[in-house]
Amino acid sequence: MAKEVRAVVIAGNGTNCEREVANACLLAGAETADIVHIGELLAGRVRLAGYHLLNLAGGFLDGDDLGSAKAGANRLLHAPVRGTREHLIDQLRPFIADGKLVMGVCNGFQLMVKMGLLPGLGDERRQTTTLTHNDGGRFIDRWVYLKADPASPCVYTRGLDGIYLPVRHGEGKFVTESAEVLAEIDRKHLGALKYADADYRVAMEEPWNPNGSMGAIAGLCDETGRLFGLMPHPEAYVHRTHHPRWTREEDLAEDGMGLLLYRNAVRFIRDEL
Amino acid sequence: MPWRIEVGLKDGVRDARGERVRREIHEHLGIALESVRTIDVYTVDADLSAEEVTAAANGPFSDPVIQKTAIDRPLAERFDILIEVGYRPGVTDNVGRTAREAIQYLTGRPFAQGEGVYTSVQYLLTGAVDEAAAERIVSGFLANGLIQRWVIVPHARFDSRKGLPAAVPKVDVGAQLTVGAREIDLDVSDEELLRISREGMLALNLEEMQTIRDYVADPEVRRRRAEVGLGDRLTDAELEALAQTWSEHCKHKIFAARIEYDDGEGSRETIDSLFKSCIVKATSDIRRKMGEKDICLSVFKDNAGVIRFNDEWSLVFKAETHNSPSALDPYGGALTGIVGVNRDSFGTGQGARLMFNTDVFCFASPFYDKPLPPRLLHPRRIFEGVVEGVEHGGNKSGIPTVNGSIVFDDRFAGKPLVYCGTGAIMPAMINGRPGHDKKAFVGDRIVMVGGRIGKDGIHGATFSSEELHEGSPVTAVQIGDPITQKRMFDFLTVARDRHLYNSITDNGAGGLSSSVGEMAEDTGGFEMHLDRAPLKYPGLAPWEILISEAQERMTLAVPPEKIDAFLALAREMEVEATDLGHFTDSGYYHCLYDGKTVTYLEMEFIHKGVPQMVIPARWEDRGHTEPEFVQPVDLAETLKGLLGRLNICSKESVVRRYDHEVQAGTVVKPLVGVADEGPSDAAVLRPLFDSFEGVVVAHGICPRYSDIDTYHMMACAIDEGLRNYVSTGGRIDHVAGLDNFCWCDPVKSEKTPDGEYKAAQLVRANKALYDYCVAFGVPLISGKDSMKNDYQIADTKISIPPTVLFSVIGKIDDVRKAVTMDVKRPGDLLYLLGITRDELGASEYYAMLGELGANVPKVDAPSALERFRTVNRAQEEGLLASCHDLSEGGIGVALAEKAFAGGCGIRADLGLVRTDAPIRDDKLLFSETPSRFLVTVRPGNREAFEALFAAQDCALIGEVTDNSELHITGANGSTLIRADISDLKEAWQAPLREM
Repeated sequence: MAKEVRAVVIAGNGTNCEREVANACLLAGAETADIVHIGELLAGRVRLAGYHLLNLAGGFLDGDDLGSAKAGANRLLHAPVRGTREHLIDQLRPFIADGKLVMGVCNGFQLMVKMGLLPGLGDERRQTTTLTHNDGGRFIDRWVYLKADPASPCVYTRGLDGIYLPVRHGEGKFVTESAEVLAEIDRKHLGALKYADADYRVAMEEPWNPNGSMGAIAGLCDETGRLFGLMPHPEAYVHRTHHPRWTREEDLAEDGMGLLLYRNAVRFIRDEL
Repeated sequence: MPWRIEVGLKDGVRDARGERVRREIHEHLGIALESVRTIDVYTVDADLSAEEVTAAANGPFSDPVIQKTAIDRPLAERFDILIEVGYRPGVTDNVGRTAREAIQYLTGRPFAQGEGVYTSVQYLLTGAVDEAAAERIVSGFLANGLIQRWVIVPHARFDSRKGLPAAVPKVDVGAQLTVGAREIDLDVSDEELLRISREGMLALNLEEMQTIRDYVADPEVRRRRAEVGLGDRLTDAELEALAQTWSEHCKHKIFAARIEYDDGEGSRETIDSLFKSCIVKATSDIRRKMGEKDICLSVFKDNAGVIRFNDEWSLVFKAETHNSPSALDPYGGALTGIVGVNRDSFGTGQGARLMFNTDVFCFASPFYDKPLPPRLLHPRRIFEGVVEGVEHGGNKSGIPTVNGSIVFDDRFAGKPLVYCGTGAIMPAMINGRPGHDKKAFVGDRIVMVGGRIGKDGIHGATFSSEELHEGSPVTAVQIGDPITQKRMFDFLTVARDRHLYNSITDNGAGGLSSSVGEMAEDTGGFEMHLDRAPLKYPGLAPWEILISEAQERMTLAVPPEKIDAFLALAREMEVEATDLGHFTDSGYYHCLYDGKTVTYLEMEFIHKGVPQMVIPARWEDRGHTEPEFVQPVDLAETLKGLLGRLNICSKESVVRRYDHEVQAGTVVKPLVGVADEGPSDAAVLRPLFDSFEGVVVAHGICPRYSDIDTYHMMACAIDEGLRNYVSTGGRIDHVAGLDNFCWCDPVKSEKTPDGEYKAAQLVRANKALYDYCVAFGVPLISGKDSMKNDYQIADTKISIPPTVLFSVIGKIDDVRKAVTMDVKRPGDLLYLLGITRDELGASEYYAMLGELGANVPKVDAPSALERFRTVNRAQEEGLLASCHDLSEGGIGVALAEKAFAGGCGIRADLGLVRTDAPIRDDKLLFSETPSRFLVTVRPGNREAFEALFAAQDCALIGEVTDNSELHITGANGSTLIRADISDLKEAWQAPLREM
């Protein structure tokens, strides 16, 4: 008997997309998708252990005031859970060790990268990559084509070829600390989604690559494929009327392409976790 | 000793921010630099160990992959000149606040009183630049002297070992250690009364000052004051409270005035309040007529208007302006404007969820190249700052910006107009009460939630009630903090659903004075202890606490039995909430400080005591005539010229900086068409995940027509708002309007000798507002006016053209039936709905030729309404492939936009256009006759479509073609325009592409 899939979305201090992320989880088949304010986690009333899929939603944690998601990462690492000696990271580590899924979108991806959760090369969770200001120097809202790497261990992109999603960010340029790190990501197929042209061929240049990301990387997973972050917003394309040209493209499927990532996550939890 | 932490990019990492600054310095000031690099500086004034500071620098303050840090030593090297820009004392420093929180998490201990983190940015310039040029760069572009300070250091003077000293911009409170209330003697001459008003920034006129003087001279008033320990003179806090409450900004004295109107043709009438007789009356007349179908739930009485959405949900909408602050500090002014109107809609009824933002700006040309009068910022700087302010305010708050426009006219150099609107959705019932109802009860606690109080925004309400002048106060400028506000909203939403409060309102203009004073009208009084209010820094006098407009604050009425639960929830969600006192039925506006009474005013007097103004108004025929000129030979070039006009050209560079689809509800986005570049007429949102019912949002604004007649300006703005709305699928029988007036001072005086005419313009606009809202059956639910949009320094006076933004919100039953403006496929038939007349007065075409003309467009409401209804039916039946309203530039511009947005050619024959008199081809092409649409229809739907419009002005004028050419033939069959759509698109996209 398939088990009940429980998703959680952490909210508060500047997250903006928690409602639509929870909705995407439900549409993808999760039985539960709780939006939990971080205050409830820090008060110790809600614990991550009760969930299978942790969503880190888009937004501007603490205004991105110290650089995108920097202050948010600092909170997860250092804010104490009331009445205990633990920090939230101490709940997150066993969550990950249990093989559960973590998905960060936009600001959530920035958060995962800056906490060292992604790409998580080697044993230690050290930050080896970052997401920084777009080459254009400005925030941009635009839809992009994304090519999935069929050889990636990423559980979210299984079976996908190309998908079309919006980006909405000012700091989405993916950068590695060295050429070696980029090569290792490449070798291990961790760059699960790459910016592409309209024919889904990987593209380095604007406008296809909207921020100048190295390796055209838009989405990145760890070696287990269970931790995944991406700059584009899959929760923003779960129905055909989200598509910017739905009034003229008549062959669009009723479900949006972003839903495919969440469906894969739910299926994985049900069948393999 | 404070610590100084510098964070810079590692060698070889691209500095996108620096590159952008270099580019913009060149564009704004014409100064070419080789390079600009940037360094972030954190000045940490706190008792920390070296290890702790290092942990902060290498932890939350920097990104180890791309950045390097230095503590108490400089990173700057290889530059010609260094500029460091930081904030002045007391100015909101959002990054500093976040940095402080990050350190507290790291160390596990809170900062002590007076400790803080202050941020600044270093710009390292290389290239041929001297100190004078650097001063120009910093004062003309990088910084705003009202809120920021800077140092300029040439390389030769730079100490490369020590760098710059740590400077702490702490508010100096030394001089003001004893705080209390001062008494003010009003038993003085009239001149003296006016001096008190002027020097105190009270913006009260003589009659108002005399009314206040007489109030406090009343023996009965004096006797009651004595009972609470107050003397015979008013305190500064009382006078300030009266000035705030009676300000034009809060009391709308001009809209409430008695106007003696002379129509210029011998007819006179007395109008007792334009607000009551035109605006409120329109809505009440319409509601009566709609009867059971009335969609209005709460109009004019709350922070925003509320209409019905469906049985479970209601819609909230409010638009505001933030013009004066944006003139002084475009970024902070606009940011504060957007987060401010967010609070209005959030704080409506028992609280609503914010759903969308709209923004409409009126600027002078960013390419303005004439000399500017003193104190005015260059229009390009205003453009850039305002756009960025709204970008940060909207994006960081997680609210999609879905609809807007930018109107250009060089008179807006005197004051830019920054309209910000916010829509929200609330449950129809909350805790067994209608969601839009709220009421404070006697005994409820007065609780202030959110940010702390500082001197920021003091006199904002009175400042915006005056023209911009030499002495306009610096403290009126403030910077919003979207994250503090977001935390507060997250908290208040939970508190609402737990029913922890009875009433809520925002702290905007007038601060606590207005919010508590107005909420206390429910009970008839209050008692508030100002010394309990949390301050950003010590040293504020009671009157300053009372009227400060420091941002991100709401005022609530919390029942005493729920106050503990309320405060506990606030603590858990990291939001500051403070119990300041309670609501009473004493009849008094009663504030105390350290237990001593500092205000004791009768509620009746403060709210109803302001004397009604009397304003003379006289309309005059200014003898406008139509220009005479020959038709241009090459109309394709004329069309390209029009497409490139600032009022018509693409605003994509701005639109894409706004997140227009967060919340995953934006179904029709601002840019549509085959390449997502076409200008959408309206936005369609789907606010509920479990329903396809949608919200449609649009607006109309056409200040150019005011130069001929504000009556028709108003009518055309209403029509434009509605036709944009209908074009996309909004139901004409389920729509409401908001009127936002921005006027130049219409009160005749020495400064405003033409006041009678300006007042008559106001009267005429209001008459049209009544006439057309009633004719269309569109109730007004909320609105605002900003009446002093003038600039006056020395002999220079610039008055804006009278401008009204007419915003509309309504419903579409099924978002899947929404229609966009782009043509869809070759072979589709092209129809023009509506008659075209010789109406080019104040048109973009005439403006391009340097003419004004006389034939201002006029709205024929009965035929327009029938058309709107029939378009709705055609949409309902799925007969429209595309629909686009006609506005600036008329048929010509609309055809070009439809074609290039759809990526197809169009062939159109002007000879088939319906007219009621012969019109020359160029006028036919560019006339701005309102209430018209261009639609395309699949050939298979032709019969059904034509049957629907059989009795109306509906002409088949062409078709969509499979080439890439716009081909327009004239009335006599000759070719007028043959142009490639990519050339037309380029003309339309080029002007503001790089902004």
